[in-house]
Amino acid sequence: MSLAVVIAGLAVLGAVLAALYGLGSLVPRHLQEGFRSWVFLGPAVILVSIGLLVPAIRTIYLSFFDDASKKFVGLDNYIDIFSGRNTRLTVFNSFLWVVVGTALTVIVGLTIARFAEGMRAEKVAKSAIFIPAAISLVGAGVIWGFVYAGPPFNNGLLNRVTSIIPGLPTSMGGDGQRIWMVERGFGPLNPPQGLPGFNTLLLIVIFIWASSGFATVVFSAAIKGVPEALIEAAKVDGATDRQVFYQVVLPYIRATIVTVATVTAIGGLKAFDIVAATTGGKFGTSTIANEFFVTKFVQGRNGLGSALAVLIFVLVTPIIVMNRRAQQRAEEMMGA
Amino acid sequence: MSTANTTIVADELAAPATTKAIPKKKVKAGEPMGTSVGAALSSPLGRAMVYVLMVLWTVPTFGILVSSIRPEVDVKTNGWWNWFIDPAFTTDNYARVLSSSPGNDNLWHFFLNSLQITVPSVILSVGIGLLAAYAFSWMKFKGRDWLFVAVVGLLMVPLQMALIPLLQLFTGGAHFTIPGTTFTLTLIPYFHLKSSIYAVWIAHTCFGLPFCIFILKNFVSSLPREIIEAAQVDGAGHATVFFRLIVPLSVPAIASLTIFQFMYIWNDYLIGKIFAGTANIPVTAKLAEVTGTRGQSWHLLTAAGMVSMVLPLAVFFALQRYFVRGLLAGSVKG
Repeated sequence: MSLAVVIAGLAVLGAVLAALYGLGSLVPRHLQEGFRSWVFLGPAVILVSIGLLVPAIRTIYLSFFDDASKKFVGLDNYIDIFSGRNTRLTVFNSFLWVVVGTALTVIVGLTIARFAEGMRAEKVAKSAIFIPAAISLVGAGVIWGFVYAGPPFNNGLLNRVTSIIPGLPTSMGGDGQRIWMVERGFGPLNPPQGLPGFNTLLLIVIFIWASSGFATVVFSAAIKGVPEALIEAAKVDGATDRQVFYQVVLPYIRATIVTVATVTAIGGLKAFDIVAATTGGKFGTSTIANEFFVTKFVQGRNGLGSALAVLIFVLVTPIIVMNRRAQQRAEEMMGA
Repeated sequence: MSTANTTIVADELAAPATTKAIPKKKVKAGEPMGTSVGAALSSPLGRAMVYVLMVLWTVPTFGILVSSIRPEVDVKTNGWWNWFIDPAFTTDNYARVLSSSPGNDNLWHFFLNSLQITVPSVILSVGIGLLAAYAFSWMKFKGRDWLFVAVVGLLMVPLQMALIPLLQLFTGGAHFTIPGTTFTLTLIPYFHLKSSIYAVWIAHTCFGLPFCIFILKNFVSSLPREIIEAAQVDGAGHATVFFRLIVPLSVPAIASLTIFQFMYIWNDYLIGKIFAGTANIPVTAKLAEVTGTRGQSWHLLTAAGMVSMVLPLAVFFALQRYFVRGLLAGSVKG
C-alpha cells in the first residue's frame, strides 16, 4: 500500500514541478531565471517554513500563554521552570549532560584517535568505538539496562563486577519495574534519596558510549590532516611525543575539537531517548528534553511545554556563539 | 578550517582507515610504527588504553547479543557471561518478539513500519534538498545569499521548538481568528494527517532539510564551473543541467547523505512516537514501549533490541566508509 502511495506521491510532486518549470517559458525572459529558481526552491522553502520556522515562532508565542493556550500569562511558565524543585533538578541534570557528557566524549575520542593512530588494530579499534553510532539511543538504553541490572535476576554486568570488589554493595537497588537504578544510595557516600547526580551520571555514560564513535572518527581524520613536516620539525627541535601531541597536534585540530564539542553538547542538551528508554525520568534523572516530552505529550500542557522547548533553544544559542568565537580564534591562529 | 581542508579530510576517510592506504604518507609495507604522526602519538600505555576502551565499548552490545539466544530461564537466573560455561541456544526469544499472535510484540510489523517511514523520508529530504542546493549554487535570484543563511540557520533550532505547533497542524490544520472578530481564516485545512505515516514523512523531511541542503550545497557548488557553463552554452536549460550533470556528478555526496539520513531517521524515536500513532510507530518506539511494559521479560527485551538494531548495523558494516564520510561532511565544516 505504502509503496504505491510513495511512488504516486513522488510522481505527482515531480509532475507539478515539471509543469511549473514549463510555465517558466511564458514568463518574460528577464524574469524566467527567478521564476525557475523558485520552482527548484519551492518545495524546500515551503516545507522548512511550515515545518520549522513558523512552528518555532509559534512555540515562543505559546510559551507566554497558559496550558490551554487561552490566557496570556507573561513569564509565568518560565518562572515555574525555575521555581519548582523538580524542574530545577531537571535543569541541573541537563547541565551535567552537557558538561560531563561533552568533556568525556571529547576525551575518549581524542584518546582513541591519538593512540590508535598507526596501531596494527587501528581499523578494528575505531570500528569497535564506532559501532554504537549505528545503534539508536533507545537501543543503547536497552543495552546498558543489561549492564546496570540488579536483583532479583542478578544478570547485570556492573553488579557482577562490583560484587567482586569488597566494600561495594552487590545490589544497586530499584523499584521492581526498573530494577537497576539507585533509589536510596550507593557507595560510601550513601547520598539520601533524590540527591542529584549519580543516576544521571549512569545515564550520561550511555551517552558517552553512544557519541564517542563520532568524535573518534572526526578527530582521527583531523589528526591525519596534520602536516607531517610540522611534526617532524617539532621532533627535530627535541620535542617528546607528549609535547608533539599537546603542543603541535592539539592546537592544530582545535577547530575540529570545538566543532565536535558543540555537536555533542547540543546532543546532550536534547537528551531524551536515553532517559525515556531507561528510567523514564524517574529516580531524579529527568532532563529538560524529557520534561518537555512529559509535560506536553503526557500531561498535555501546551504553555509549560512550549516554555521548556524555548529553554532548550535558548541554551543552544550560547553553545553556538561559543563555537563561532572559538572557530574564529582558531582560524586567526592558523592564519598567523 | 577551510573548505579545501574539508575535502581532503573527507577523501582520506573515504579510503580505508589504515594509514597504509593513504599513499602520500609513503609508508613502507611491513613498517611496524606506521606514519610519523602515528609514531609520534602512540605509546605502550596509550595502546593499552585503546584496548581497554575497545573492550568497554563492545562488551555491552555483545552481552545482549548473547542474552538474546539464551533460554528464558537462563536469562532470568544469571548473567550472560555464564553462557560460556553453560551454552544453551534458542531462537524462542526471536520467535516470540516477531510473532503477531496476541500477547506478543509483533516486532516484524514495527520493523516494516520503520522501513516505510525511513525510505520515503530519506528520498524526500535528499531529493528536495538537492533541488534547493542546485538553486542556491547555480541559479541567480534575488536574496539568494540571505535565504541560504536563513535555511542553514534553522539547523540551530532544536526540533522540540517545532513539535507542538506541528502536531497541532497535523491534528486540525492551521486557522487564524482575526482579532476582535469571530471570523476565522483557514490558512491550512485539516488533511487528516493525525497519527499517520504521512505526518512522520513530512516531519522528517522538514527537520532533515536544512542539514541536507547544507551538505549538498557545499558539494554542488564546488563542482567545476566550466562543465556547467559549457552545457549552458550548448543550450542546456536548468532542468537539463540538473538531471544530466548535477545528479550524476553528485552521486558520492548523495550516497553519503542518503546513508547518514537513513541511519538518523531509522534510529529516531521522538518524531516517530509523536506523529505516527500507535499502529504506525517505528521499531525504536516499540522497543521503548517493550522496555516499559515488559521490564521483567529480559529475554524478550534482548531479542527486541537486536531486531531494532540489525538493519542499521548491517548498513553500517556494509557501507561504513560512506557513513563516515557523511558524518565528516556534516561536522568538519569550513
